[in-house]
Amino acid sequence: MTDREIPRIVSARWDLADGHTLERYRETGGYAALEKAVTTMTPAQVHEEVKAASLLGRGGAGFPAGVKWGFTPPGVFPRYLVVNGDESEPGTYKDRIIMERDPHLLIEGVLLACYAIGAAQAFLYVRGEMALAQERLAQALNDAYAAGLIGRNILGSDFSVDVVLHWGAGAYIVGEETALIESLEGLRGMPRLKPPFFPAAKGLYMQPTVVNNVETLSNLPWIVANGGAAFADLGAESSKGTRLFAVSGHVRNPGVFEVEFGTTTFRDVIFGERYADGIRDGNRLKAFIPGGASAPWFYEEHLDLPLEAGAVGAAGSMLGSGAIVVMDETTDAVKAAWRIVRFFARESCGKCTPCREGTAWLEKILRRILDGHGRPADVDKLLDICDNISPSITFPPKQTTICPLGPSAVSPIASAIMRFRDEFYAYCGGGEITVPVNGKAYLSTPPTVGANP
Amino acid sequence: MARFTDENVAIAEEIIARYPRKRSALIPLLHLAQEQDGYVTEEAMEHIAELVGITPAEVLGTASFYEMFKREPVGEYLVNVCTNISCMLLGGEELLHHLENRLGIKAGETTPDGKFTLEDVECIAACTEAPCLQVNYRYFYRVTPERADQLVEDLRAGKLSHEVPRHGVLSRVRQVLPENRAGVAPPDRNVEPAWLARNETATEGDT
Repeated sequence: MTDREIPRIVSARWDLADGHTLERYRETGGYAALEKAVTTMTPAQVHEEVKAASLLGRGGAGFPAGVKWGFTPPGVFPRYLVVNGDESEPGTYKDRIIMERDPHLLIEGVLLACYAIGAAQAFLYVRGEMALAQERLAQALNDAYAAGLIGRNILGSDFSVDVVLHWGAGAYIVGEETALIESLEGLRGMPRLKPPFFPAAKGLYMQPTVVNNVETLSNLPWIVANGGAAFADLGAESSKGTRLFAVSGHVRNPGVFEVEFGTTTFRDVIFGERYADGIRDGNRLKAFIPGGASAPWFYEEHLDLPLEAGAVGAAGSMLGSGAIVVMDETTDAVKAAWRIVRFFARESCGKCTPCREGTAWLEKILRRILDGHGRPADVDKLLDICDNISPSITFPPKQTTICPLGPSAVSPIASAIMRFRDEFYAYCGGGEITVPVNGKAYLSTPPTVGANP
Repeated sequence: MARFTDENVAIAEEIIARYPRKRSALIPLLHLAQEQDGYVTEEAMEHIAELVGITPAEVLGTASFYEMFKREPVGEYLVNVCTNISCMLLGGEELLHHLENRLGIKAGETTPDGKFTLEDVECIAACTEAPCLQVNYRYFYRVTPERADQLVEDLRAGKLSHEVPRHGVLSRVRQVLPENRAGVAPPDRNVEPAWLARNETATEGDT
C-alpha cells in the first residue's frame, strides 16, 4: 500500500451531516464541473476526458465507461441514459451510501454523462427497498430543477435534459442491464438476449441506451474538474482512480472504504488499522469473497494480491461489485455455500432452464446435506449440476444461460468443495468426485494461488 | 377503497406523462396503489390497466414478478430480516428465529392482531452493519436480540411513527417535474440534441 494521501473522489461528503443538501453541495465545490463542461467544453471533450481517465464500470462487470459510451451508433436519436442504482449483490453496500449522503454528486455525474453522449432523457433506477435513498434523490432533484441545474436550458445553455426518478420493486436480476431496461418498460425483469439487444444499440424502447452504475457516474464530476489524466495518475495497471470497497463479515471494523484502486492489497483492507482492522476475536481467516456473492472465494494465500482487476482475474476470481466478505475459522463452509446458493435460487428469473432448475436443485441438495440427510454421492452430484449450468466449471464462467446469474451460483459451491471437501464429507460421508473442475480432475491437495476455480 | 382516489389519479397521470411510453409508469403506479391501500388490490390493478392502456392480466404479470408488491394485506409493520451471507455470519438467522419466537409467527406470516409481518429476506445492502433488518423499508443496524425486543415494543407503542411510516409508503418526498422540464424524448422522433452541434462547430474551428 502506498502511503501517499489520495483524494476522496466519491466519499468526500460522507462525514457531513448535511452533505446531501444542495446548499452544502455547492459550498463544497458541487456543480462546478457541470458549469465547466457546459460553458467551456464540447460533449466530445468530456467524453475524451472520461476515456483518458480509463474509468472502469463499478457495477460488477468492470467495463471501461468511456468505451461503453462510444458504442452508441451515430445519428440515431433519442439516446437515453439509465442509471443502475439497483444495488443488490450480496455483500455490496456503496451505491446506497452515495445516493443517501451525496445525491447531488450522482446527479451531477448523470448530467455530465447526458451532456457527453447526447442523452435527452435520463432515468434514475433506484432499488425499491431503499426508501431513504429515494427520498434524498427526490429532494435533490426537486432542488436542482428549481436552481436551473436540470431541465430546459441548463445554466442558460443549449443543454436540456430531464432526469426521472424511478424505483424498482424487489428483484435482484433487475441489476442486469437488459433486465433493468425491461423493468423500466413496465415488464417482468428478465434479461434480453445479447445479441441483438446490446443496450448501446437497442436498449430502452429499442433506442441507443447507456446503462451506468451509480459509483461509476459519481466519479465524473471529479474527472471533469481535474482532468482524466489526474484520475489516471491514481491507481495501477488497468485499474485507475479510487474505488469503494465494503468489507463485511468477521472483521473488527467492518466498513466502506475508498482506497486507491489497484495498489491496495486485500491484506491492507482486511487487516489494516485504518480499514477493517483484522479478524474478530483474534481468530484465523478461513476464506473471503473478493467481489460479491458471485465471485469464487479467496484464501490466506491470496491476501497479498492487489485490488486490481487484472491480478484478481488471473488468480481466478473477480473484484465484481467491490464487496469483500470475510469468513473466519468458525464458519461452516457448507452452510455459507448453501446460503449464497439459496440467494441465486430465489432470485433466478426463470427464463433459462439450466438456471431455473439447476439453482433450485443445488439449493435443495445443499439443504439436505445440512439437515443430515446427505448421501455420499451428493458432492459429486452438486458438481455435476454445476457443470450443466456452467460447462467445465471455469472462471470466468461459461454460460448455458442468457445472463450470468445461474453460473454465479456455481462459484460458492466449487470454491467450498475444492477447498473444504472434508466438511462436506463430515456431513454426508466420503464419496467419489468424478466431475473435473476448471478443466482439471479433482485435486487431492488444496490449490494454491492461481489455481482457485 | 381500492381504485385510485381522485388525488391519486392526478398523481398517476403526472407520473405517466414523464415517460415516452405509458407502460413504463407501471411499477411506479403499483407503488402508488400500495401506498394508498397498504397492498395492491385487484381493483387497483384494473384501474392501472385502464390508465396505462394494457390489460389487467398484463398488470398482474408484472406485479407478480416483484417481491415488494403484496397482493394480500400484510401487517402494519413489515419486518424484513436479512439472512444473506454477511448477516448470516454475524447472527442474522438467530435474529430471525428470535423474532419468530417473540412474535409467535414463522417467517412469511402475520401476527393475529395484524401488527407485524415477518420476512426472511435477501441482502438489503447494509452488509457492514450486520445483522440488519428493515421495518417498512427503514433500516435498523447491528440488531441484537435485546434491541429487537425493544424495537417490537416501540413499534407496538407507536413510538417510531416518525421514522417508520405505514407499509406502502416509500419515499415521503415526491419528485415534481416543474415548468422548466425538458420534456419526454419520444423514441420515434430522431432529432439530434441541440448541444451536440457543438462538436461539429469545434471540429470546423480546428481546421
